[in-house]
Amino acid sequence: MIRIKCPFCGERDHSEFSYGGDATVEYPALDASVEEWNKAVYQRANPRGPHREYWHHLNGCRSWLIVERDTLTHEVGTAEFAHPGLTEALK
Amino acid sequence: MSQYSVWSVLREGLRGQTGWDRAWRDPEPKPEYDVVIVGGGGHGLATAYYLAKNHGITNVAVVEKGWLGGGNTGRNTTIVRSNYSQPVSTQFYEHSLKLWENLSHDLNYNVMFSQRGQLGLFHTPAARDAAAKRANTMMACGIEASLLSREQVMKMVPHLDYSENARFPILGAMLQKRAGTARHDAVAWGFARGADNYGVDILQQTEVTGILREGGKVTGVETSKGTIRAKKVGVAVAGSTGHVMRMAGIERLPIESHKLQAFVSEPLKPLLDCVIGYAAPGAHFYISQSDKGGMVFGGDLDFYNSYAQRGNLPIVQDVAECAMAILPCLGRVKLLRHWAGIMDMSMDGTHIMSKTPVDKLYLNAGWCYGGFKATPASGWHFADLIANDRPDDLTAAFSLDRFERGHTIDEKGMGPTPKLH
Repeated sequence: MIRIKCPFCGERDHSEFSYGGDATVEYPALDASVEEWNKAVYQRANPRGPHREYWHHLNGCRSWLIVERDTLTHEVGTAEFAHPGLTEALK
Repeated sequence: MSQYSVWSVLREGLRGQTGWDRAWRDPEPKPEYDVVIVGGGGHGLATAYYLAKNHGITNVAVVEKGWLGGGNTGRNTTIVRSNYSQPVSTQFYEHSLKLWENLSHDLNYNVMFSQRGQLGLFHTPAARDAAAKRANTMMACGIEASLLSREQVMKMVPHLDYSENARFPILGAMLQKRAGTARHDAVAWGFARGADNYGVDILQQTEVTGILREGGKVTGVETSKGTIRAKKVGVAVAGSTGHVMRMAGIERLPIESHKLQAFVSEPLKPLLDCVIGYAAPGAHFYISQSDKGGMVFGGDLDFYNSYAQRGNLPIVQDVAECAMAILPCLGRVKLLRHWAGIMDMSMDGTHIMSKTPVDKLYLNAGWCYGGFKATPASGWHFADLIANDRPDDLTAAFSLDRFERGHTIDEKGMGPTPKLH
């Protein structure tokens, strides 16, 4: 079981969360070129090692988090709110 | 290479099994080959075999960092079928099924292909409509399929859960009679022996550490046993595709690596004489019984990017629940082993067989859940692509640039969410 430290709920089993994919993807402007949109929607670095990724605490506080996790060892690093304002507000 | 036959078995039985040759050589790498295939799984070995057999290209090396079939070839649930709902996919897998039907004879190696039939159960009227649509697509492509009523399924497999309060009430099933299972290791070994017989060098324990290029064209590979130059390089390393293609300067692909678990129970007396699968919201399950008696089954991915070849417990529970939902008689059967393999999950759920931005570098990847059944056709068409430097009619749709062109082949209609395909 992977354990993720939700900044709101504390450390929880990953089965409470839903995986949301690569968090390094940046979406371009709506009128950007097909090439840019193709890169954002379909192309992934898919690293073997450290990965920044979204997890949704679906069966918990329902926050979207950005988690640092190693895709080879499953070691979990930091977990923070995907919405930076939430970290500020909770301080 | 000696031919395997009933006579050779009898002869060796009388001679105390002392006269068998090695099934393939263990050569040292030559400095240069016409074609180097990276990855000694079923697909890579089949590619080498068909390069030699269909195209007469025998100066070929298959480079494998571990041992033959130690990746997904030896980790799957061995199901072979061709019942897809996208015409290009069902045609591709049908070609594979046709090759499977004669594979043991073709290779002179018993791959234990058993056409025991596959039942795809459905549980709702909407799922029945989807099954009917799929069966119609198959029949329009010339592939036999039939829809069974609940009563027909009851007659065929009487011990499924048909009770009033079944979690997934069985309304019927789609049957593909020609589907079945095969011995996964034997497929790798059979193709290896066949390719070796044509003079292909199979280089195990040889890890590719770099892909050499000059002016946008591939010129060879750097390996743990030195530099091997090559006129063409084919990559068939599903699971590690991103890792290997990065060596060729291709930093991003429409693929995520996910792990998929498989399970085998203790051996039982004959219990299930067909393959059964079902998919419903929140449940995904497929099961067959091996010739040794073990129940071989699996379900969903672990749902997060991973290169770890080991499974996680929530899916063990999930798959066990799926098993109990249709086969409650398995409740007291002991699990013998479970393991995981790394799937290339593509962005549309369909494989990629394509030329790449690097000249003479070819990619065979993104097989999602479907790699094992595809093995012969994958090798057949990938060999054709490499030999002729252009995709054939059946392969053109599986190009790497289909995403950018908007021509995705999305079997389940899940969109660019690899974990859901």
